[in-house]
Amino acid sequence: MERFPIIQIIDEEGNVVLPEYREKLTKELVMTMYYHLIRTRTFDRKCVSLQRQGRIGTYAPYEGQEASQVGSALALENDDWLFPTYRDHGATMTFGHSLVRILLYWKGRNEGCVPPDGKKIFPPSVPIATQLPHAAGAAYAEKRKGTKNAVIVYFGDGATSEGDFHEGLNIASVFHVPAVFFNQNNQYAISVPITRQMKTKTIAQKALAYDIPGIRVDGNDIFAVYFETKKALDRARNGEGPTLIEAVTWRYGAHTTADDPTKYRDQEESKRRRERDPIVRVERFLKQIGWWDEQQIKAMQEKVQAEIEQAVAEMEQFPEANPADMFDFVFATPTWTIEQQKQMYTSWRERA
Amino acid sequence: MTTTVKTNTLTLVQAVTDALRTMLREREDVLVLGEDVGKNGGVFRATDGLQAEFGEDRVIDTPLSEAGFTGAAIGMAVNGLRPVVEIQFLGFIYPAYEQIMTHAARIRSRTLGHFTVPMVIRAPYGAGVRAPEIHSDSTEALFTHMPGVKVVCPSTPYDAKGLLISAIEDPDPVLFLEPMRCYRAFREEVPEGKYTIEIGKGKRVREGEDVTVIAWGAMVPVAMKAAEEAAKKGINADVIDLRTLYPLDRELIVESVQKTGRTVIVQEAHATGGVANDLIALINDECFLYQKAPVERVTGFDVPVPFFSLEDHYLPTPDRVLYAIEKAVTF
Repeated sequence: MERFPIIQIIDEEGNVVLPEYREKLTKELVMTMYYHLIRTRTFDRKCVSLQRQGRIGTYAPYEGQEASQVGSALALENDDWLFPTYRDHGATMTFGHSLVRILLYWKGRNEGCVPPDGKKIFPPSVPIATQLPHAAGAAYAEKRKGTKNAVIVYFGDGATSEGDFHEGLNIASVFHVPAVFFNQNNQYAISVPITRQMKTKTIAQKALAYDIPGIRVDGNDIFAVYFETKKALDRARNGEGPTLIEAVTWRYGAHTTADDPTKYRDQEESKRRRERDPIVRVERFLKQIGWWDEQQIKAMQEKVQAEIEQAVAEMEQFPEANPADMFDFVFATPTWTIEQQKQMYTSWRERA
Repeated sequence: MTTTVKTNTLTLVQAVTDALRTMLREREDVLVLGEDVGKNGGVFRATDGLQAEFGEDRVIDTPLSEAGFTGAAIGMAVNGLRPVVEIQFLGFIYPAYEQIMTHAARIRSRTLGHFTVPMVIRAPYGAGVRAPEIHSDSTEALFTHMPGVKVVCPSTPYDAKGLLISAIEDPDPVLFLEPMRCYRAFREEVPEGKYTIEIGKGKRVREGEDVTVIAWGAMVPVAMKAAEEAAKKGINADVIDLRTLYPLDRELIVESVQKTGRTVIVQEAHATGGVANDLIALINDECFLYQKAPVERVTGFDVPVPFFSLEDHYLPTPDRVLYAIEKAVTF
């Protein structure tokens, strides 16, 4: 742990503990971060409520992890790639994904896997850790094309137990590709605590096995996440290869709306963790520094609310899913079996 | 003298728990392992309460590592234990595929019987519960194709318990598929304690002489519904719940098809390479001269199981089955 200390720029009280960053924390940057923090949190809470009302399906909440997701996504450049899991739409929406499409994903619609034009956002990976090798390959392609684009890939603490974690990192290391492996260690893989997931004291130390930098940040400190991710992305762009970042955080709620966290952990812990809340500490910082403007914040909240309500309305007015889509996108040119089955299905529907 | 066996009214998932508890009590060498099976009692509560009763050494929360714990279970099985592995959803089994295909399935034959792998792999499968993508696969045929693995797929609580106990006692690896859609669909009386149902034996769940309808897992209630509708039209279907997908119950299938001469197979999985095709081959081999109509198949399509907004369009429905029954009967 000593070799991989947790990097923190502001503490829980909102004090800047690494003074060399003080000047880099411009008002514009901090207000942008704060805006995305409340935007992602408001959206997440809205989704949980939509699920409870049966307006979307099972949903994976990320409340508590906003600093990790927003901070890392804000560090990206427009042409970079983002490979998320199902819990990373806080990152994808910050990077420019459409809220309507994210909502459609949770409503059981393929449209949710389609990023806005020009955005290299991969569909969320549902099986664990399988996206890590993809990220290594996409980064290899950028390198080969001679661009300055980098790749970020998200995964959780549980993912480090899968073979694909090792294989993805090893390939990235051997091929020396411009990729950032961004781990959100929220300390639980559904019900299994990190102490039962691994014997190592940190995830960052696993970078040693690939001879790449391993960085451990306070995942609830958006400044630390942002600047460390930016450094890793800069290294990637400069041909210095991949980085493994461990952002230590906590999910307050359930794994998904289908499980009950009180079955496997003391939810009092989640209440205590709210004292280290990623949003509260930015608010404290803003107040201390004198940038907290009640009216501006209120306007920001209203803007976020309106945007989310609009997205929900669009999701609900979205045209019905088209059964033909099942058949039409399996191959560039459908095979005869698929054509035949589509025909059968269509005529059967017309008959019914 | 009559002995009355005490029964409990259980759902399918509770019957699975009951079977596991029964065998954990009965045999010291049985253990349960997988993701979230311990403290959480499994994502479907199939292992609820087992860790509290049998301890962390026998009901083991593993790291998130399907290849790892399935491979470890092979090692346990060759070394005297009887592991029951839980794969959270069948759609997440693929990292473990190599362990099952290359190792569990052929250690007996590679070593001429010196090493054996008496293990069970349990996996909830299938669509129809509005689960997120990838959670709804029904890829049983990938495993029936695998020489060296038995594939079991019950549709009722009673059968689930008896078959799971048989699977645990079986000397070879068994993939035990649990239809998610049937997990809590209904309850029935399940005897307490140990009883077994022979692997490889199907069950006639409705007696009829006009047409044979073969189904398994979550498609059994669909087939039954269609059979009831057909009865209203004067068509009497002989409905067979396969219960085991490998090896198939040749006797029961042949007997029924020779009687009716007409067959409808209801399969949730994609059409190409499915278990239905093996059934057709069997019928062709054994019942060719008894056939009065081509065998009808009602299956999922040759497309990835769609997101849940379209899953009802993918899944065979009683209407589609009824249509096939009428087609077979009026051929």
